[in-house]
Amino acid sequence: MAQEKTESLKRMKYESVIGLEVHAQLLTESKIFCGCSTKFGQEPNQNTCPVCIGFPGVLPVLNRKVVEFAIRAGLATHCEIARTSILARKNYFYPDLPKGYQISQYELPICTEGYIDITVNGAAKRVRLTRIHMEEDAGKNIHDLHGDSSLVDLNRAGVPLLEIVSEPDMRNANEAGSYLRTLRAILQYLGICDGNMEEGSFRCDANVSVRPAGSAALGTKVEIKNLNSFKAVEKALAYEIERQSDALADGGTLIQETRLWDENREETRSMRSKESAHDYRYFPDPDLLPLVIDDGWIEEIRASLPELPQARKDRFISEYALPAYDAELLTGRKDIADYFESALKTYSNAKAIGNWIIGDLFRVLKERKLDEQLYIARWPARAEHIAEMVRLIDQGKISGKIAKTVFDALLDSDRPPQEIIAEKGLEQLSDAGSIEAAVEQIISAHPKQIADFRAGNEKIFGFLVGQIMKATQGKANPQKVNEVLRQKLQASG
Amino acid sequence: MNPAALTLHAAGEKLRSRELSSQELTEAVYRRIGETGDRVQAYITLCRDAALAQAKQADDRLKRDGAAPPLLGIPIAVKDNFLTRGLGTTCASKMLGNFISPYDATAIKRLRDAGAVIIGKTNLDEFAMGSSAENSAFFPTHNPWNLERVPGGSSGGSAAAVAADQCIAALGTDTGGSIRQPAACCGVVGLKPTYGRVSRYGIIAFASSMDQVGPLTKEVRDSALLLEALAGRDPADSTSVERPVPRYSEALSGDVRGLRLGVPREYFVSGMAPAVERAVRDAIALLGKNGAAVEDISLPHTEYAVAVYYIVATAEASSNLARYDGMRYGHRAAGKDLNETYRLSREQGFGPEVKRRIMLGTYALSAGYYDAYYLKAQRVRALIKKDFDEAFQRCDAIITPTAPTTAFKIGEKMQDPLQMYLSDIYTISINLAGLPALSLPCSFDQDGMPIGMQIIGKPFDEATILRLAHAYEQATEWHKRKPNL
Repeated sequence: MAQEKTESLKRMKYESVIGLEVHAQLLTESKIFCGCSTKFGQEPNQNTCPVCIGFPGVLPVLNRKVVEFAIRAGLATHCEIARTSILARKNYFYPDLPKGYQISQYELPICTEGYIDITVNGAAKRVRLTRIHMEEDAGKNIHDLHGDSSLVDLNRAGVPLLEIVSEPDMRNANEAGSYLRTLRAILQYLGICDGNMEEGSFRCDANVSVRPAGSAALGTKVEIKNLNSFKAVEKALAYEIERQSDALADGGTLIQETRLWDENREETRSMRSKESAHDYRYFPDPDLLPLVIDDGWIEEIRASLPELPQARKDRFISEYALPAYDAELLTGRKDIADYFESALKTYSNAKAIGNWIIGDLFRVLKERKLDEQLYIARWPARAEHIAEMVRLIDQGKISGKIAKTVFDALLDSDRPPQEIIAEKGLEQLSDAGSIEAAVEQIISAHPKQIADFRAGNEKIFGFLVGQIMKATQGKANPQKVNEVLRQKLQASG
Repeated sequence: MNPAALTLHAAGEKLRSRELSSQELTEAVYRRIGETGDRVQAYITLCRDAALAQAKQADDRLKRDGAAPPLLGIPIAVKDNFLTRGLGTTCASKMLGNFISPYDATAIKRLRDAGAVIIGKTNLDEFAMGSSAENSAFFPTHNPWNLERVPGGSSGGSAAAVAADQCIAALGTDTGGSIRQPAACCGVVGLKPTYGRVSRYGIIAFASSMDQVGPLTKEVRDSALLLEALAGRDPADSTSVERPVPRYSEALSGDVRGLRLGVPREYFVSGMAPAVERAVRDAIALLGKNGAAVEDISLPHTEYAVAVYYIVATAEASSNLARYDGMRYGHRAAGKDLNETYRLSREQGFGPEVKRRIMLGTYALSAGYYDAYYLKAQRVRALIKKDFDEAFQRCDAIITPTAPTTAFKIGEKMQDPLQMYLSDIYTISINLAGLPALSLPCSFDQDGMPIGMQIIGKPFDEATILRLAHAYEQATEWHKRKPNL
C-alpha cells in the first residue's frame, strides 16, 4: 500500500507532452504523379507504370485532385494555405521506394498553422496543427512468401498521402485518441480519406516526452511507430508515458529514439536511436515547378466544403434539441449522421430515433463488425423503417417493449414495420373491452394476491400488471392496463 | 555524291522529289557506317531492320504525299540516353547494359510522328557525365577529323556520327555543354534549346534543372527543322513550357543587319587557345561587317559558374541516379543481404566519374553542408542568370567561343577531372541560366581541328540565334569541309 502510494506520487510529478503525425491516404482515382489506379486489393504490381516504378527517364506530373484535397483539409482545419509551396525529394534507399527518393514537401508545405477543436470528457480543447503536406506513398515489401527472398508490390507506390503534423499540444492518451478520432471524422466528412487504420489508409506515429509538471521545457522525445488502431495509439502512449516517467523517477535519463509498438506484448521497444537516424538530404524537386495556388481556387474550394462534424454536432443540438452526448455520437461518423437525418425525414422525433440508433442499431453494427467498416453501404435496417416504428410507438400502436421485437424483425427486411406488426399480431391492445377482459381474468385467477393487495401490500399491483401483460403477450397498452386494473380493484373493493 | 553526306534539308528535297528513296538513303547511311564505323565507333546500337521498315513506310507515304513533312524518311541517330521503345538504352553504363526501353521518350515519339527513321543509338559519356565520350563504359568514340582525338562529350557519338556522315542528323542532350562542345569538336552544328522548350520525358536524367534535348546537324537549317518537330509543351514534363512553336526555318533570312551582339569580356581570358580566340574574333568581325552591331559586355559572375554547376548538377544527379539500385531493372549483383546487394550493384554498375559525381552531390546535400553548398550555389546561380538578363536588355545575342580549345587527345585529360571540367567553362553558364545556345564551326586550327563559335540567345528566342548562325554559315565555307576518313 505504502509502496503504491510512493509510486503514484512519483508519477504525479510528471506531465506528458504528445504530438501526432498522421498519414492519410487520399481517395483520388489515380496516383499522385501518374495516371495509375489507386484501387486497393489488385494483383501485385497491377497498378503500375514506368513512372511509379521509377524507370529511367520518367517524370512526375502532380495530380490536381491531390492539391484540391490538401486545400480542403487545410481549410477544414483552419490552416493557412500557401500561395506558393514546394515539392521536395526525400532521399533514402529501400526496395519499396522505386526512385530512391520520395517526393514530399519539406520547406514551404501547402498548409501551415491550423487547429482542431476536440472534446475530452466533456471539456473542449484546441490542438494546433504545425503543417499539412502532400507526398507519395511507398510500395510494400512482402517477406516470407518466396523462400528467402522478399517480394515488392508497387501498387501502393505513388498513392497520394497527406501528412498532418500536430503541435505537441496533447497531455495524455485520451486527448490523443480524441484528436485522432476528430481528425479522422473531418477527413471522412471531406470525402478525402476513408480513415481505415487497420488497412493503413489512416496511419499515426506518435511523439511523446515527459517533463516535470509545470515545467515549460520539453523532455527527450521518443517517436512511436507501428500504431495500427486507435486502441494501439492509446495503449502505446499510456505505456510509454509510464515507462518514461518511471525512468525519470528512478533517476534515469532517456534517449531520443524511435520505438516500435508491439501489439502482442503490449510494449514499445527501441528501433533506432537519433544517431542512426537518416540524413534524407531534402532538396526541391527540379522535375516539379513551385506549386502556385491562386485565391480564386481556394475560395471555390472553401465554398464547396461540406458541413463538418463540429458544425453538424452544434446543429443537431440546436435544431433537434439533442443532448450533447447524443449529438456527438450521431455525428462521429458522416454516414451515421446522414442515416439519422434521413430517418428524420419520415418522422421528426429526433430524441427517440437517436436513442434507437445509439442503442439498438449501434449494438447490431458492432455485432456485425460494421462499425469497423469505413462506410456502411448496406445498413441492417432502413432509416425510414426505424422512424416509422418510432411513430407507431408514439401513436400507441405498439409498446416500447414490443418495439424491440419489431426492431429485430426490421433487420435485413424490406418490409415496413406496419406489415410486420400486422403479420405477427403485435399491435397493442388499447380497446377497453379486450383490456377489461384480460384484467378480469387475472383478478379471478389470483384471489390470494388480491386479498394481500387489499390488506395493503401495494407491491402486488405490479405483479398483477405483469401477469396481464404476460397474458396478452405484451401487447396490452400498459397505461390502460394500469388504469383498468386500478378501477377494478377499487370497484370490487 | 554519297547520299549519306547530304544535309537534312537537301536529303528531304531529294526524297520529296522522288530523286532518292528513304530506303536508298538509309541503306547509304548503313553502308557508310559499315565502311567507317570501326574507326569512329560512334554507335552503341544499330537497328537496321527496324530502320529499313520505317524507311519503307516513309517511302509509301512519300509516294502518296508530295508535301510530306521535312523529317519524313530522314535517317537520324539518337544518343543512347533517350528511351526508345524496344531498343537497348544503356546510357553507356554497365548499370543499364541489358536494359530495353519499355516506352518512347517524347522527343523520340515526335521524331517518329514526323516520319524520321531511327538508325541507332550513339555513344556518350556514362550518364552524360563528361566532355570527351571517354567515360563510356563500353569504348571511346574517335573524332572523325583525327582519330586520336576525342569527339567531345557527352554527346560525342552523335557529333561524330554527324561529322562522319554516319547519319543525316542526330539528337543529343545538353546539361552543361554536352551538345555544343562535341559539335564544336567535330565541326558540326549543335543547338541546346531554352530549358522547357523540348520535353525531357524519356531522357535519362542527369541534372533535371539543366538537361535539355537538342539537334546535332550538318547545317543550321537542319537544326531549325529538327527543333520545329521537337519543341512544344508536353503534359508529361511539368517543366516544359506552353508557348507557340515558331517556324524556325522561316526565320533564316540570311540577314543580320540591326542585330545587337554582345561579346562578354569574361569569356576571352587566359586558358583559351590562341587559334580559338582568333577564329571567334574573326567571326564576330564578319558579322559586324555584315551589319550586326557588336558591343563589349560583362557577365561578372562568370568565374563562379563551374563551381556552381558542379554543386547543382551533382546534387541533382546524386538523387536522380538513386533509382539504379539493382532492384527492378539494370545491373544487379548477388549480395548476401539487401545492403550488400545495393553496394555491389552500384559499385559494379557505375564507372568512376559517375561515382565521383554521386559522392560530390551527396556531400553537397548533406545535413550541415546544404546551406553552404547547395543553397549558396542556387543563390549564385540566380546572379549568373541576372547577368544574362541584364546583358539581354542591351543585345539580342551573345557570342563566345564554345570551348577553350579544339578537341584534345584521347586519354589526355582522363587523369585530371578538373581539367576535363574546364572544357565546359563557356557552356555551363548557359545551362545554369536556362538559355538557348548554339555552336557552329567558325574555323580550323593549325592541326586541322574544327573550332566552334557559341551564339547565346534570349529565353525562347531560338529563332534569332538560328538566324545569326545561318547568316554566318551562308557567308562562310567552314560547314562544307568534310573529314577525310
